[in-house]
Amino acid sequence: MDTVMEVKGLAKTFTLHQQHGVELNVLQSLDFSLLAGECMLLHGRSGAGKSTLLRTLYGNYLPAAGSIRVRHQGKMVEMLGSEPRQTLELRRTTIGYVSQFLRVIPRVSCLDVVMEPARARGMALDKATARAEALLSRLGIPQRLWTLAPGTFSGGEQQRVNIARSFMVHWPILLLDEPTASLDDANRNVVIELIKEALRAGSALIAISHDADTRNAIADRYLDMTPKELSHAI
Amino acid sequence: MNPLLSVRDLTLLYGPEKGCQGVSFDLYPGEVLGIVGESGSGKSTLLSVLSGRNRPDCGQVFYHCPQTGSIDLYQASEAERRNLLRTQWGFVEQNPRDGLRMNVSAGANIGERLMAQGVRHYGQLRQAGLQWLKQVEIDPSRIDDLPRTFSGGMQQRLQIARNLVSSPKLMFMDEPTGGLDVSVQAHLLDLLRRIVRELQLAVVIVTHDLAVARLLADRLMVMRRSRVVEAGLTDQILDDPQHAYSQLLVSSVLQP
Repeated sequence: MDTVMEVKGLAKTFTLHQQHGVELNVLQSLDFSLLAGECMLLHGRSGAGKSTLLRTLYGNYLPAAGSIRVRHQGKMVEMLGSEPRQTLELRRTTIGYVSQFLRVIPRVSCLDVVMEPARARGMALDKATARAEALLSRLGIPQRLWTLAPGTFSGGEQQRVNIARSFMVHWPILLLDEPTASLDDANRNVVIELIKEALRAGSALIAISHDADTRNAIADRYLDMTPKELSHAI
Repeated sequence: MNPLLSVRDLTLLYGPEKGCQGVSFDLYPGEVLGIVGESGSGKSTLLSVLSGRNRPDCGQVFYHCPQTGSIDLYQASEAERRNLLRTQWGFVEQNPRDGLRMNVSAGANIGERLMAQGVRHYGQLRQAGLQWLKQVEIDPSRIDDLPRTFSGGMQQRLQIARNLVSSPKLMFMDEPTGGLDVSVQAHLLDLLRRIVRELQLAVVIVTHDLAVARLLADRLMVMRRSRVVEAGLTDQILDDPQHAYSQLLVSSVLQP
């Protein structure tokens, strides 16, 4: 299978200038590679840097050192030091990111929020609408909410709108930060199905999940993120 | 793809650390650049030098026009520069009264750029007026009304229509949502987002509102005491600021 992501010597440090310049070394010399169609779970306690790693891979956090190479339109490209517009181009077609939290924009309807990733790639309006409606139905968002802005939705509804949005298009690489947290069983199973469909379609996934059922259902392998100074204790 | 605007070592100082200095960047078609920073950090000075309103002490601004090739803004003739400013570029002022002609009708405000380009046919001008009022969500029946009878949010949208009528490639905006109340602001932001995307406009926007920056800008420059202290992808600057001042700026915002 094809390698879609190659990470070497990745490090992430936070320097808190407003708090006496404290330095936090959250990620240190991390190496892994990822194949198409593979699901890798991040393993480690709370605070081990799992979410930090996902955000760093998405270009949201700036790495301190190392290399993140990603297969983008048939070529391996380096994300470290890339221009903002190159990172945005990667995010439009290659790397997707799902968190539990929806960033709502006033006045933009639920359907438009969900369709956006597909529209940004030029999918026709009627096709995008049909796909968005199908996803919202599967995730149990009632039709009467589709034309409303999600700002007033419950937390669980916003989370499902966010998941629908993320599965609108095919992502060669998809980063999932607790996609099933706080969902009921029925909805969690729908999300697991969506994840499996994405894997069958060749997406490579990196996921964080504190829910054992979800982990067992989707994981092909685990990446141990226990900090080195703690590893002897386990 | 070639950049639309190339800026090299641009400097205009009114005093030590007052104004802007040593600013360089490239802006590509369809890209939105936000300039953020505290009051007096030089954001508006930078915008005025970028947009041809104030001659810099030193440095260059190149505009790469797809049709006519590259223009060095401050080496070009006055006529060339004026033509550029009135057709390919637009400028949205914070206060719509500075960007509109308050004593002529909404329709005449929209038609002005077209007339400057030689359109004299009354029907065409009127048609453009009606069409652009609709685009910015103002009732077209208000075409003969004076801008001073409009609300602040409508005036701001009219100012945007007045700029867009010449199909500019590049827009400069100085705190476009500054003086508006929050609900009107949301409407305007939504409109700006849609227009920027549909028309593939490149935009340089000055704002002190980081939420506005997150919503509209692809990338940010953080200014402090006349210098750019940090630049990069918008969400990276806001979620993982590196410079001490950017960290202070981001952590000072109240979460509603």
